[in-house]
Amino acid sequence: MNIVVCIKQVPDTNEIKINPVTGTLIRDGVPSIMNPDDKGGLEMALRLKDELGAHVTVITMGPPQADLVLREAFAMGADRAILLSGREFAGADTLATSNALAGALRTLQFDLLICGRQAIDGDTAQVGPQMAEHLDLPQISYVCDIKVKDEKTVRVVKENEDGHQILEAQMPCLLTCLASAVHPRYMNVAGIVQAYNKEVEVWGVDRIDVDLAKLGLKGSPTKVLKAFAKGLKSPGEVFETDPEEAVGIIISRLKEKFII
Amino acid sequence: MNKNDYKNIFVFAEQRGGKIQPVALELIGKASDLAAELGEKVVAMLLGHNVSSLAQELIEYGADEVIVADAPELEHYITEEYAQVVSQIADKYLPSIILFGATTIGRDLAPRLSARLTTGLTADCTKLEISEGKELMMTRPAFGGNLMATIMCTEHRPQMSTVRPGVMQKKDRQPSREGVITNFEVKIDMSRVKVKLIEEVKAEKDNRIDISEANILVSGGRGVGTKENFAKLTELADVLNAQVSASRAVVDAGVIPHDRQVGQTGKTVRPNLYFALGISGAIQHLAGMEESDYIIAINKDKFAPIYSVSDLGIVGDVNKIIPLLTERLKKEFSK
Amino acid sequence: MNFKLTPTQSLFKQMIREFAEKEVKPLAATIDEEERFPQESVDKMAALGLFGIPLPVEYGGAGGDNIMYSIAVEELSRVCATTGVVLSAHTSLCLAPIYENGTEEQKKKYLPKLASGEWIGAFGLTEPNAGTDASAQQTTAVLDGDEWVLNGNKIFITNAGHAHVYVIFAMTDKSLKNKGISAFIVEAGTPGFEIGKKELKLGIRGSATAELIFTNCRIPKANLLGKVGGGFAIAMKTLDGGRIGIASQALGIAQGALDETVKYTMERKQFGKSLSQFQNTQFQMADLKTKVEASRLLVRSAAFKKDCKENYSADAAMAKLFAAETAMEVTTKAVQFHGGYGYTREYPVERMMRDAKITEIYEGTSEVQRMVIAAAMFKK
Repeated sequence: MNIVVCIKQVPDTNEIKINPVTGTLIRDGVPSIMNPDDKGGLEMALRLKDELGAHVTVITMGPPQADLVLREAFAMGADRAILLSGREFAGADTLATSNALAGALRTLQFDLLICGRQAIDGDTAQVGPQMAEHLDLPQISYVCDIKVKDEKTVRVVKENEDGHQILEAQMPCLLTCLASAVHPRYMNVAGIVQAYNKEVEVWGVDRIDVDLAKLGLKGSPTKVLKAFAKGLKSPGEVFETDPEEAVGIIISRLKEKFII
Repeated sequence: MNKNDYKNIFVFAEQRGGKIQPVALELIGKASDLAAELGEKVVAMLLGHNVSSLAQELIEYGADEVIVADAPELEHYITEEYAQVVSQIADKYLPSIILFGATTIGRDLAPRLSARLTTGLTADCTKLEISEGKELMMTRPAFGGNLMATIMCTEHRPQMSTVRPGVMQKKDRQPSREGVITNFEVKIDMSRVKVKLIEEVKAEKDNRIDISEANILVSGGRGVGTKENFAKLTELADVLNAQVSASRAVVDAGVIPHDRQVGQTGKTVRPNLYFALGISGAIQHLAGMEESDYIIAINKDKFAPIYSVSDLGIVGDVNKIIPLLTERLKKEFSK
Repeated sequence: MNFKLTPTQSLFKQMIREFAEKEVKPLAATIDEEERFPQESVDKMAALGLFGIPLPVEYGGAGGDNIMYSIAVEELSRVCATTGVVLSAHTSLCLAPIYENGTEEQKKKYLPKLASGEWIGAFGLTEPNAGTDASAQQTTAVLDGDEWVLNGNKIFITNAGHAHVYVIFAMTDKSLKNKGISAFIVEAGTPGFEIGKKELKLGIRGSATAELIFTNCRIPKANLLGKVGGGFAIAMKTLDGGRIGIASQALGIAQGALDETVKYTMERKQFGKSLSQFQNTQFQMADLKTKVEASRLLVRSAAFKKDCKENYSADAAMAKLFAAETAMEVTTKAVQFHGGYGYTREYPVERMMRDAKITEIYEGTSEVQRMVIAAAMFKK
């Protein structure tokens, strides 16, 4: 069984701080990490590898530095890694990104295509389903568990607002996964030692199967008009005191307000 | 493509289990304002099985027309079936704008459609406006809520966006408001449908209300930590008739289900009272709760960023304060 | 000349930092408070292959290097010095001497299980009357047929009771003094081998430190490590390696205290500005940071020399001496910067200060390190 997992290198948005004076983002020194939902997806793929001996390929689109998340994937247990990189891909919105990745995926054989639900820098959750459409694959999003039922069918659990659904999809299909469903493994030491002995394949536009007009800035129907930081709210009162008194203060405020 | 051929604001009126979802009404409310500026109509798309009776409700909340696609195949949401019907509607009626709720269904269906219709899509918007040039301006948070971005889609139609539930305001219901109900003939190419629903499992909800609709939220973070400590939060919530929610760290750790997560990657909430317990206040969390009317924060770290949005901050050990508060409240209520 | 970590070392650092922050740090205060061995962390570390970092793959190791091993001890100690020393004692004091001195049979028998963390290792040299003067060993080993019979006591043994494999030193011929000491591999559960009193300590309180008691303890003849009479040399060489581990631990403690203090002094406001805006804070912190970086260079340089198979004895001693004294200074000043809060257990710096002290004492006191450094300078 062949599994391809799409991963993205993102800034750790939990580490981004706002300059309290100017209200602008402080992006210096923010570490780049493997997007959490993607890591959840990779973990699900690696569990299928542990269980069934699946071959796991990871692919990312990004600048040369994105090599790092692919090494991390190797150290976690991925078998093959592809970095899609080039000027032509720059400035892409989700649709153009999905076209680029779909172009690469057309040249690969797989039974399962796994993505994270969404990336923490954009939070769009769009690239997965858009790729599925380009590749004419069935899709299931918000997946928290994957079981291979037989050679042609996968049975998954999908979370939704009311609880969850159990769905079956014919393979090949695309699944977008939730980070919260699994605790991704750490890279293991032996895997780390081997990670740089393996080859990351760097692919440019010439290596993929796509209409060049659909890539990058010119292939992006949406444009960012402006970006701005959010304003700051003025802080309220803060008390540092023992639990008894703290509870007293809370009760008195609740009475003043409306609750009791 | 001639942009002038595309008219009217279409809203995907999400229903689940025969119930119109609140976000659908919120979208119709917002779409009414936008349509007034454009001099266009609000058209709701209602898909499902035995749902025709819901159409009038959509009209009473502000839809001028409802296109009803009612068929047994549409009883449960499956991406491909819904995508086929909505894209057929879009091809036939050429809407200028299509709005979806940023729910698990909306965020699954809208991107699939945007690729099928080869147009742009903006996710999880919190603000929609019309520009001077009559284009849709879609504003959304990015970078974990640190940054707001306004996005446009000027060269493609329809302009599509998913909109965060709980952000737009629905209109007051106008009983017996009149509108047009159109039945859409459903033709689905089943050979392309490769996903089937095996089982639908409703989470045990008991008295659980969706956190985005709760008046009071008792929200726990990393500082609360374990499942056992979360049980104490539940006790407090029960006394206050409140709902329990959590920060991303706790949800990621599997302590509490995803539908209880407040923040950029969870839900936006604006209750009357929000308890932030052991929540340090990462920007991504603040993005989901800072609009709450009154925020009480309890945290061990007196420098926690949560105090920058709280109305009342207590520096102390949540796990000591909460049981005490619960006891005191019980006494207050029994007076 | 290159001061940068290799990509592999850097990737390793990323992993161990995340692991330490997420898995080890949350337990640090608890295991200190309860004086409890961090078994759950040890199990997780074992699963990742952290107990065999520098060991070649052929013996079940990860095939990494001593710089990676040093980074592991540093990063663990940055959040929990107890967890750091569990790894250090296991790797430097048990895995290494068996790998460096063992027969092929011994290596095949012990190394894979030590590397996988299924077995934890320990080292027994110190006795009530043989501390810095390690040659004054009173534990004896007598060959009786196919077995060595051990009698005596070892004290202050790290990982005691939790380890499965102990490298033990004993006199095989008292008349030969140093040259009469031999090394042995003793497995937990061997009749006549008991764990004695557990010490109650100032710091690294989660680390199990106890007495080992040998009473007519019979071990197979094949468990002699190295040659008869070669024990003292094995002990000294092992401690050279151990000093890289302890220097890394001290470095980690110092870095942890420094990080906590940077965070605190930026947030804490007095007289209308944050502590970090006072020049007194800035100058003192600049000095501390410089010493921590100097420690790191010494530690990495010693580990690099060991990886290059050069003599690193004096380098390890300098690294340990400087890093340990730096750790003591940084943690003491960190408590001072935290003021009254620093003295309470609400903040981790008081624990770090207690933990730091041992690094000036075990695996050779600072005085011993000076002896080793001086001896290398004035030899001939």
